Amino acid sequence: MKEMKLYVHIPFCVRKCNYCDFLSFVADKEIQERYLKALEAEIVGGSKAFMDYEVSTVFIGGGTPSLLEADGIEGILKRLKQNYFIREEAEISVEVNPGTVSEEKLKRYRESGVNRISFGCQSTLNEELKSLGRIHTFEEFMESWEFAREAGFKNINVDLISGLPGQDVNSWERSLREIASLSPEHISVYSLILEEGTPFYENQEKLNFPDEDSERMMYESTHDILAVYGYWQYEISNYSKTGYECRHNLGYWTGAEYWGIGLGSSSLIGNIRFRNTSDMKCYLENSYHPDLIQEETERLNKMDHQAEFMIFGLRLTEGVAEREFEKKFGIPLRQVYGKQIEKYWKAGLLKQERGRIFLTRRGLSLSNMVMSEFLP
Amino acid sequence: MAEIDQSKIRNFCIIAHIDHGKSTLADRIIEMTGLLTQREMQDQVLDNMDLERERGITIKAQVVRTVYKAKDGEEYILNMIDTPGHVDFHYEVSRSLAACDGSLLVVDAAQGIEAQTLSNVYLALEHDLDVLPIINKIDLPSAKPKQVISEIEDVIGIEAKEAPQISAKTGQNVDSVLEEVVQKIPAPAGDPGAPLKALIFGSVYDSYKGVIISARIMEGTVKRGTKIYMMATKAVEEVVEVGYFGAGKMIPCEELPAGMVGYITASIKNVSDTRVGDTITDNCRPCAEALPGYKKMNPMVYCGIYPSDGAKYGVLRDALEKLQLNDASLFYEPETSMALGFGYRCGFLGFLHLEIIQERLKREYNLDLITTAPSVIYKVYRIDGSCIELTNPSNLPHPSEIEYMEEPLVKAKIIVTTDFVGPIMQLCEERRGQYQSMEYIEQTRAVLHYYLPLNEIIYDFFGALQSRSRGYASFDYEMMGYERSDLVKLNILVNREEVDALSFIVYKGSAYERGKKMCAKLKEEIPRQLFEIPIQAAIGSKIIARETVKAMRKDVLAKCYGGDISRKKKLLEKQKKGKKRMSRIGNVEIPQKVFMSALKLDEK
Repeated sequence: MKEMKLYVHIPFCVRKCNYCDFLSFVADKEIQERYLKALEAEIVGGSKAFMDYEVSTVFIGGGTPSLLEADGIEGILKRLKQNYFIREEAEISVEVNPGTVSEEKLKRYRESGVNRISFGCQSTLNEELKSLGRIHTFEEFMESWEFAREAGFKNINVDLISGLPGQDVNSWERSLREIASLSPEHISVYSLILEEGTPFYENQEKLNFPDEDSERMMYESTHDILAVYGYWQYEISNYSKTGYECRHNLGYWTGAEYWGIGLGSSSLIGNIRFRNTSDMKCYLENSYHPDLIQEETERLNKMDHQAEFMIFGLRLTEGVAEREFEKKFGIPLRQVYGKQIEKYWKAGLLKQERGRIFLTRRGLSLSNMVMSEFLP
Repeated sequence: MAEIDQSKIRNFCIIAHIDHGKSTLADRIIEMTGLLTQREMQDQVLDNMDLERERGITIKAQVVRTVYKAKDGEEYILNMIDTPGHVDFHYEVSRSLAACDGSLLVVDAAQGIEAQTLSNVYLALEHDLDVLPIINKIDLPSAKPKQVISEIEDVIGIEAKEAPQISAKTGQNVDSVLEEVVQKIPAPAGDPGAPLKALIFGSVYDSYKGVIISARIMEGTVKRGTKIYMMATKAVEEVVEVGYFGAGKMIPCEELPAGMVGYITASIKNVSDTRVGDTITDNCRPCAEALPGYKKMNPMVYCGIYPSDGAKYGVLRDALEKLQLNDASLFYEPETSMALGFGYRCGFLGFLHLEIIQERLKREYNLDLITTAPSVIYKVYRIDGSCIELTNPSNLPHPSEIEYMEEPLVKAKIIVTTDFVGPIMQLCEERRGQYQSMEYIEQTRAVLHYYLPLNEIIYDFFGALQSRSRGYASFDYEMMGYERSDLVKLNILVNREEVDALSFIVYKGSAYERGKKMCAKLKEEIPRQLFEIPIQAAIGSKIIARETVKAMRKDVLAKCYGGDISRKKKLLEKQKKGKKRMSRIGNVEIPQKVFMSALKLDEK
């Protein structure tokens, strides 16, 4: 049996945040109901294609999946279990936004099989939360956090964003310590990306963003501080206690096959990357027939696979293993990419140790430069 | 084909200031003489270069032969030559004038006489051509034909009372222009039986026919089989075909007798054998002496042109050779730059000429180019008494060897509406202009006379003029010689290495300002790299300005999950492509657009 990962997209939000360019929007209950029906149809309709796969992780993301009633999440997981072979020990995550869950709701999630919660906390300072356009306060996050622990969740992630308007290295470090002292199993820290079309992007001149140098200081201090609290950085933006790395996301960086269900979701199956339609009307009408909603199909050849192996593998702090490359592609890694490795090793951005190639601290911050050279 | 009656031939050209409508008039004449049906017509038929249509200007002279049945019942052959209007293309104008027996001067009924109206008229008079004025655009509400007629009589001093008043756009009265041509322009002279004497006034390269020569037959007759001898290049070829120019196509004919304008092909493969201005004669029966040819036009502005892809060097060389075939004023010679590799130092008549050639290289030959800062010719007098003419700043001798330097000056004539005299005078002062005089052509318009250093007008002077006069100024200049000047070479150093392609010669008093602007501009345009990069401007060993491009610290995508992968890959691909378009100086990568934007320092 082959292994695969499942992603389910819930594109609804209470309101759109000022930095967010994800596929998400405000929608009324009726659309939400119809969407859940369409999801079920896609789950059932797609199952035939995956008879010989075992599912190792499920990730329900958004948007704000926790906006759905407990029945919604329960329904999705029930359908998945009916139609796919989901491993006993599968990691099943749901993204939760503070202020959208009660203790009761979280308990129901737990009962329906969810074993990992990812909280969109983003900051501990209410003024920062406000400027981000979040719907919750830090106190509300704390409440949801308590509920989750009470409900029995033993694997929780907290998302934070660094590089916010008005933030400096000191205020960032305080926020970070406050979260670390709660001791979640996993912390994701994203340097804010200004995405075109977002209010943050449009108003960047007026907003007081930290300069590049302080922003990178925040990045470095994140690594240092979290190390003290017992977290290790296993990816450019991800930190965890040992053994609590997000297995679902690791799949994206190591070339695992994954199927994305729902509006605008992406998939990698075999040699093909594709994406579902982002048109809600089209999705609602056609989700039972995968062929009618899949678009942007990209067929990967061997060179593409090799490049992706390097580019996404290097996001991990452990980098890529030469032996694994050779096993996968039947050719030594250095024979294909010797020149690039030499160049960035000399520049101090790459390191080679015990058969692994990985980015140095400086390399992590300049990773685009390195990665782009692995493209065919 | 019946024998051509010389008295029924009229060779004429149309001259005008830019935009006064000469190409439109040519269109109408072509249409009215039935050469093209209305359906086949497109605007500005003769401007068949895309570039000409876009900019609405004529760059290359074009010839077209039409037949007109005049009111006297006779059929006349009209050889009409459309010419460029801009001062930078004087050479083209001068060539087409030499092939004509008379000229039509088109003047805009609303604008009246402009700078290039005058300079083109003087050129025509120099060639002993009759000038017949035509008042165009009388359909415009702002047309003042009477005023324009008196202006022509006062300023140019030619009779204009009976000038046809037309609208080339609507076709109104255009027939009177044709009658004027038939009645007032003299028929060509020349004996068809005499030894052949023909003037080459243009040539293009055709991959099937070889070089196609445009010629005016002065004496004798040329036909298929004639062994022609090019008197300057001494090349001998046998004529394969002769013919005349239809609208946009060539129509073969039996022979071209004296008085005719047409083309000649002779399987000439070597483009340099047919020099514009050369005289063609019959090898078996040569004429006694060559025609005077043209006054050689010397380039005034030089710059380096490099292919951005070094492998295209050969393509660039072929392209320049072909362009030069038809534009003898274009000069080029190989040069090497540390930053840009192999390219050519090219000479042009002016900045517009430079721009046009650059555009043509890009479009017609599909070349991606980098152009270095333009330079004029400086005279450098050395301590040992010798003098060199410097066209490339890199070749400037060491300051200790230089006694003094001279730079070219021009006599500039700027015609501007009185409202803008102030701002234009200010512009001229900023560009080190020496005020000479000002006179009023009429109540609302004045002519300013200045002496200006040529190197001050090659940097976007025309653009500044237009923006400060809201487009109401016209500008013409002529060379007036050299003047001693305090000049220095401004070196630009990137990461402590001199970048030859960015260095230039500048008036000492402006050096500090220019150096500062240049460094600031480069700081903006050079992306952060792995290490800190100092950018310095220096005169000799003295640094006069400095900026620093800080080392890059962040180039990372924080988030990358399943849904982002394709998009993030595209971002990285874009980054990789961007890198390919960089030049390397030492270990610094410089985007090629830097070399372009350095030319536009004076914007804003």
